[in-house]
Order: sequence, then C-alpha cells, then structure tokens
Amino acid sequence: MDFSSAASLLQICQDGGVPISQAMIDREVLYLGCDLADTISKMEYSYNIMKSAVDSAITEDIRSIGGLIGGEGKKLNAYHKTTPNPMCGPVISKAIAYAMGVLEINASMGLIVAAPTAGSSGVIPGVFVAMQEEYGFSDAEMVKALFNAGAIGYLITRNATVAGAEGGCQAEVGAASAMAASAAVELMGGTPEQCMQAAGTAITNILGLVCDPIAGLVEAPCQKRNAMGASNALVSAQLTLAGVGNLLPLDEVIDVMGSVGRSIPFELRETALGGIAASPTGCALSKRIFG
Amino acid sequence: MKEISVFDVIGPNMIGPSSSHTAGALRIALMAGTISKGKPKKVQFILYGSFAMTYKGHGTDKALLAGILGMSTEDYRIRDSYRLADEAGIEYEFLPTTENKGYHPNTVEVVITNEEGITTSILGVSIGGGNVKLKQINGADISLSGNLPTLFVQQKDTPGVIAHISKCLNDHYVNIAFMKLYRDSKGENAYTIIETDEKLDDALVEEIHSLPNIRNAIVIDL
Repeated sequence: MDFSSAASLLQICQDGGVPISQAMIDREVLYLGCDLADTISKMEYSYNIMKSAVDSAITEDIRSIGGLIGGEGKKLNAYHKTTPNPMCGPVISKAIAYAMGVLEINASMGLIVAAPTAGSSGVIPGVFVAMQEEYGFSDAEMVKALFNAGAIGYLITRNATVAGAEGGCQAEVGAASAMAASAAVELMGGTPEQCMQAAGTAITNILGLVCDPIAGLVEAPCQKRNAMGASNALVSAQLTLAGVGNLLPLDEVIDVMGSVGRSIPFELRETALGGIAASPTGCALSKRIFG
Repeated sequence: MKEISVFDVIGPNMIGPSSSHTAGALRIALMAGTISKGKPKKVQFILYGSFAMTYKGHGTDKALLAGILGMSTEDYRIRDSYRLADEAGIEYEFLPTTENKGYHPNTVEVVITNEEGITTSILGVSIGGGNVKLKQINGADISLSGNLPTLFVQQKDTPGVIAHISKCLNDHYVNIAFMKLYRDSKGENAYTIIETDEKLDDALVEEIHSLPNIRNAIVIDL
C-alpha cells in the first residue's frame, strides 16, 4: 500500500493494474487510514479553490501587496481570446494565463492551494483548468488526476525537497511542473510508466533553476516561472505521449534534483541576495517597497 | 515523524502569499494564543531574520494578528486583521529586530498579556510549507509542532504527575504517539508535551486538571 520510490509505486500500479491516481488514493485510505469519501471530498474542495482562483484572476482587478504584479493573467486571457491564431495554441495559451493569474491571487492575500508550495501554486491550476476546458473532462476526472499529481509531489517531498529555500525554484516550480505533467499524461490515457517519464522530463528541463525573488516577495520572477512551469508540463506530457521516453528513471531524476539543490549557493535559494533580486533594478524595487 | 499525506503536497489551502511567512506565521500565533489562555489584551511580536526584513510584503503582520484572533490559514478575513484586532480591543505591536541570536531565519517571539495580566512569551519558528515549531515558552526550551492533536501540560516537577496524566489518557483510550518532558529547574516548573493519535476532549482535560500539581493543561488541535 505504501511506497517510498517511483519504482515501488510503478510496481504497485503494474501489479494491481491501477493508475497512479488510484495507488495514491489507496495509500491515503488503506495505509494512512483516512476515510475514502472524506479524502475525495477534501480533494474536490481543493480543486474548487483552484478553479475559483483562476476565475477571480481573469475577471477581477488584482494588485499584489508588493505592487510588482497584478493584471497579467487578465491580459494574457484577453490576448489569446482576441488573437486569431495565438502562437501557443489553445491549451498552453490558457494554461499560462491561468497560472500567472493564480500567482496574483496568492500575492494579493487571496485563497490558493499550495501545490506543492504557494510560490508554485499557479502551475497545477493552470494546466488542470486549461485541460478541463479544452478537453471537457469531468470534475471527478480532474479531482482523480490531482491524486496522480499528489503522488509525484509526495515522492519529491519525501526523497528530495519542494522548498525554494532548500532547493531553489527547480524544487518548487520544477516539482509543480512534474506533478502537472504526470497528471496530464494520465488524463490523456497514458500509462503509469509514461506519467513518470513525463515527470522526469519536466524536472530535468528545469534542473538548476534558482530562486531569486525581488524583495523576497512571491511575485517576480515567480509569476512568469509559473507560466513556464505550466507550459513545460504540457511539453513534457506531449513528448511522452508521442513515445519519447526519458533516459533516467524518475527516482534518479529526483535524487539529482535534490543534490543539485544542495549545491545551489545560499544567495540563490530564496534569500533575495542573488540573481534577479540582486540586480540594480531588483534592489531599487526592493528599496521602493520596504524603504 | 508524521507520514506525508497527499494533502501536505496538494495543500495546505491557504491565504497567500507565502506558506512560511503567512500561513506558518499564523499557525505560530494561533498556538501561542491557545497556550496563553484567556482573552488576549496586549500582544507584542518580536520579529527576527527574514520575518523582520520582509514581514510587510508577505502580510506576516496580518497573519500573526489573525492567529491571535483564532482564524484558520484559509480565512479571507486575514487581510482585515488589523481592523478586527482593533474591534476586539487588542493592543498590538510589531518589533522587527536586526539582533542575531542564531535563530532560524523565520523566527518570531509572541508575547501575550491576557486580561488577567498574565504574560506568556512563546518563541516560534516557521520551518517551511506552513509547518512550524514552537521552541520556547517563557524562556524554557520545548518543541511543539502542532501536527497531531497535542496535550500541553504545565506542572510542578514532582513524582506522580506523569502517572496521573497517562492514567487519564488510558481511561479515555487515547494512544500517545510522542511524549516529551521539559523543566526549568529541579522541583520547579515543568512542561509535558504529548502528541496523540486520537482527538482530545474537554472531559479528559478536566480530569488531568484535577491533580493539584497540574498548573495548566490545554489542547492544541489545528
């Protein structure tokens, strides 16, 4: 019932002929002893929070506490709706608009689901709501897919980290992107093995990304990195569904991410002492906010 | 260690912007408020490290006050907590300090004076993902995460107290997951922190209180 690695999760899926989402639900119910109906309804509640964050982001006027972001989700949504043939296509266009929008909700003290963190909270709602709208999945299917995403996030939390202060942005947006990629593959009918290939691809693509928030706030460059994380999830899912696997097994990719995270210098792990945060403009903006 | 649930990864559901600086800060203040007992009259928040430098941009101040007011991390009223604290007649003060005591970067000391004039000081650390640890109470070192239902007991350091507490737990069929003891000095003030698998009810707390050497017994269940 319990699993501590992608390999053991895959074994459970193959032995039982179940998708990753079901293996994660079983772990919650049979191993952790949670009630099945409660577990599903808690996840429905989480998905509703994600959907309403997306809705608020594209309909309301938002200004973040630090004032560095606000209105970007709305702008992107208007752009792809009024542009006849947007470069990113319908799913990615929506996913990036929604992902950026949810970060605005977060930065303005709105309600979000930290999935896996607040700083990466746009990626999963971006991918999920865009896919639901474009492919017509039911809420029940989306809620089930969140358990798939949760399984990948659990493995990363357990065997590496999802904290920017420990592993940089690759740990936060990288994890969210891997979780969304795996869930997207399951939604599109891929196998558990393919889900893991997509997750591994997504992490590998963002490996080494630093965490350098201007003024230490979860605003910029976090917001755009959520858009990137959402599109990277969809790119990774499509690569996998087309039959392009991943050379490394997911367990190795997660280990690599953890060790790369440990070798990222302190200045580039959420301390706002390096990267974009330490640029002349980054410092000037920080001064403007905090005096 | 608590097992990682899917809702630790797809969650917590929280008011942004930061799990450590907003949700975690709220949880520290919420536990501090519970431990201090009674209605708070005056609260001082001494902010260290990153909390001191960035508290305004993360709404840490609003989250701390919201915790004192008993709100959950999902409560939309967090952004209005200054006004709500004023309406509740609570005096508050934020004291950012550059003093480096070797604390974790996200540390706050919450000093609460209740309506009876009793002051309780609690040092808490936000360790990431909304998880927190209380590290000191009135200067005594402790460790309390609030991840499981927790019984917090303040007692006289004397024989029989633990036997009494464990008998009460046994009578109520409560299983102890983790248990730790701390004391200021021999024969004086001591603390017992017990994390349990089951929920803890008022009747149990009353029974624990019945022993004269028990000075305070409260339940923390976030």
